[in-house]
Amino acid sequence: MAEITQNELVTYKANLDVFSGTLQELASTDKTILVVTSDSRGSGKLVPFGQKFPAQMVEIGIAEQNLVGVAAGLASTGKKVFAVSPACFLTARSFEQIKTDVAYSDNPVKLIGISAGVSYGALGSTHHSLHDFAALRAVHNLIIVVPADNFETERAIRLAAQTEHPIYIRFGKKPMPLLTEDPNRRFEFGKGSVVREGNDLVIIGTGETVYPAIQAARRLETLYGIRSTVVSMHTIKPLDYELLAQLASSGVPIVTVEEHSVYGGLGEACASFLMQNGFRNSFKIMGIPDEYTVTGSQIEIFHHYGLSEEGIAETGLNLVRKTA
Amino acid sequence: MTEQELARKSVDYRRKILKYIVEAKAGHTGGSLSCVDILNVLYNHVLNVGPDNFKSPLRDRYIQSKGHTVEALYVVLADKGFFPEADLMTLCKYGSHYIGHPTRKVNGIEQNTGSLGHGLSLSVGTALAAKLDGLSYRVFTMLGDGELPEGSNWEGALLASHYKLDNLCAIIDNNGLQISGATTDVCNTDPIDRKFEAFGWEVRHVDGHDFGALKETFAALPFTVGKPSLVIAHTVKGRGISYMENQLKWHHGVPNPDQYTHALAELAEAEAVLR
Repeated sequence: MAEITQNELVTYKANLDVFSGTLQELASTDKTILVVTSDSRGSGKLVPFGQKFPAQMVEIGIAEQNLVGVAAGLASTGKKVFAVSPACFLTARSFEQIKTDVAYSDNPVKLIGISAGVSYGALGSTHHSLHDFAALRAVHNLIIVVPADNFETERAIRLAAQTEHPIYIRFGKKPMPLLTEDPNRRFEFGKGSVVREGNDLVIIGTGETVYPAIQAARRLETLYGIRSTVVSMHTIKPLDYELLAQLASSGVPIVTVEEHSVYGGLGEACASFLMQNGFRNSFKIMGIPDEYTVTGSQIEIFHHYGLSEEGIAETGLNLVRKTA
Repeated sequence: MTEQELARKSVDYRRKILKYIVEAKAGHTGGSLSCVDILNVLYNHVLNVGPDNFKSPLRDRYIQSKGHTVEALYVVLADKGFFPEADLMTLCKYGSHYIGHPTRKVNGIEQNTGSLGHGLSLSVGTALAAKLDGLSYRVFTMLGDGELPEGSNWEGALLASHYKLDNLCAIIDNNGLQISGATTDVCNTDPIDRKFEAFGWEVRHVDGHDFGALKETFAALPFTVGKPSLVIAHTVKGRGISYMENQLKWHHGVPNPDQYTHALAELAEAEAVLR
C-alpha cells in the first residue's frame, strides 16, 4: 500500500472541514438535509453552510438536551437531521435524549460530536469527551463511527445521510493526513480498514490515533524490523468481529489505541470479543487512563499518555518481546 | 360528537382502563383517570389522525410526555381502531408490546416516552418540521404537572416561542398530585401560567373534565397567531371513582376485587345518568 510521507499535516484538512464541506455538497441537491446546532455553527465550521442554506439550518441555542429532542422530532418527519455539537456536551448533557428520543424511538438522527476526545485539550475535562464510546456502546440501536482521516470522514457523512437509523459520528479539528493512498480503498460501516500489513504485531486504532499508529508501525519496522498490521477500526459499534478474529488467529500480539478512557471503549470491546472467543493473544489497551486528565494541546496530551509514534512503538515492542 | 356522547365514551374508557389495569395487576390508575377526558376530546373531536392516515405526513401528531398514564391512551387508541382492544389483555405481560409506557411498537404511538421531560422537545421538533415545510398539521403533547421541574421542558418552551410555533399545543394535566405528594409541596411550579406566558406562550385554563369547555378551548387554537398554545387542564387524579379521587395512593394503585366491583358500580351509575 502506498504511503504518505511528506508534508502531511499541511496537505490535509481537518476532518471537521471535510464534514462541513461534504454536508454542503449533499445539501445542495437534497433539501431534506437539515443541520441543527446548539450555538455551535462556528465550532462546527458551519457558517458557510448557514449562509448558503439558511432554510436547512436550525439554531437551538445552548441547550443540548433540547438539541437532541428537537432533532428527534424533526427526524421523525423524514428529514435527514445532523445534530451538531461538541462531543463532550452532546453525549453527556443529552445522554438520555440520545438513549430515549433517538435510539429507543429509532428516530434516525445523525449525531455529530465535534472537537471530540481531547481536541479541546487545554480547556479541561468539561470539554473532553473520553466517556462517549463507553456510554453509547451500551445504548442499543446506535452506530458509533470514528473516522480517522479525510477519506473516512467524507464517506461516513455520505453514508450517514443515507442511513435510516441513529448514528453517532465523532471527530476532531486537527488536520489529518491520509492513512493510505490506496486507490481501491473502501469504507463501510462495521468493516474495519487494514491500512498496513505485517505479521509481527497488530495495532488497532480508531479516529485520530490511527495515524500515530501508522507512524509507530513504520518506526518499529525501521528500527527493529518488526512488521505491523495497522487497522482503522472506524466503527466502534457494530465492531468488526470477523476482522478481529482473522487478525487474532495467528496469535500475534495486539495493541489497541484510542482517544478515550481505557474503560469501556475500543480496547475493552476488542478484549471482550477475543476473550469470549478463545483468543489468548498478548493484548494491551492504550488510551487515557482513569485519572484527572492532563491538559495541553491534543498532541501534547497524546504524547503525555503515549498515544504517539514513540509511545505506541514502545508498547508494541514490549509486547512483541514479551511474547517471543 | 356531542358532549353527552363524549361523556358516555369517557365512562366506557374509565371502565376499560380499570379492567386492563386489574388484569395486568399494574398501571398508573390515578393519572390515567385524570387525563382520559382530555384524550377523549382530542381523539374524537380535535385530532386529524386515525388508523387510516397514521402514515400520512399530513396527520396531526399527539405525543404523550407523561408516558406513565399510557393505559388511558391505549384504551382510546383501541377505540379508534388502531389495534384490537383484546390486545390489551397482554398489558405489561411478558413479551407484550403493550408495556407500561408508550412505544412505537404499538400502532398509533408517535414516540417512545416514559422518562419525563421529553415530550415537549420532541413536539417542538415535529411542529418545527411542519413550519419548515409549510405543512398544516398540528402537534399536541400532554405533560403532567409533576414533570414540570424537568429542565428540558423549559428548554423546549423557550424554543417553541422563538420559532413562533402556533401549530403546537401543550396540555398540562394539572391534577396537583405526584408520587410523593402535592406538586406544590414537592417542587412548587406555580404560577404555571405566568411562567409559560413569560416564555412567550399563550395560556388558557380549562376544566379538564368539562367536555364542552375542552371542545371550545381546542376550537380556539391557536390562541394567538405566532405563539405556541398552552392549555392548563385542571383535573382530578382518580376522577370518576369516588375513593380514588385526589388520593395519592392511587397514583399507581391497583384495585382489589372488592374495590374493582365498587368502581364498576359507580361507573354504571354514572352511565345510567347519561342515558
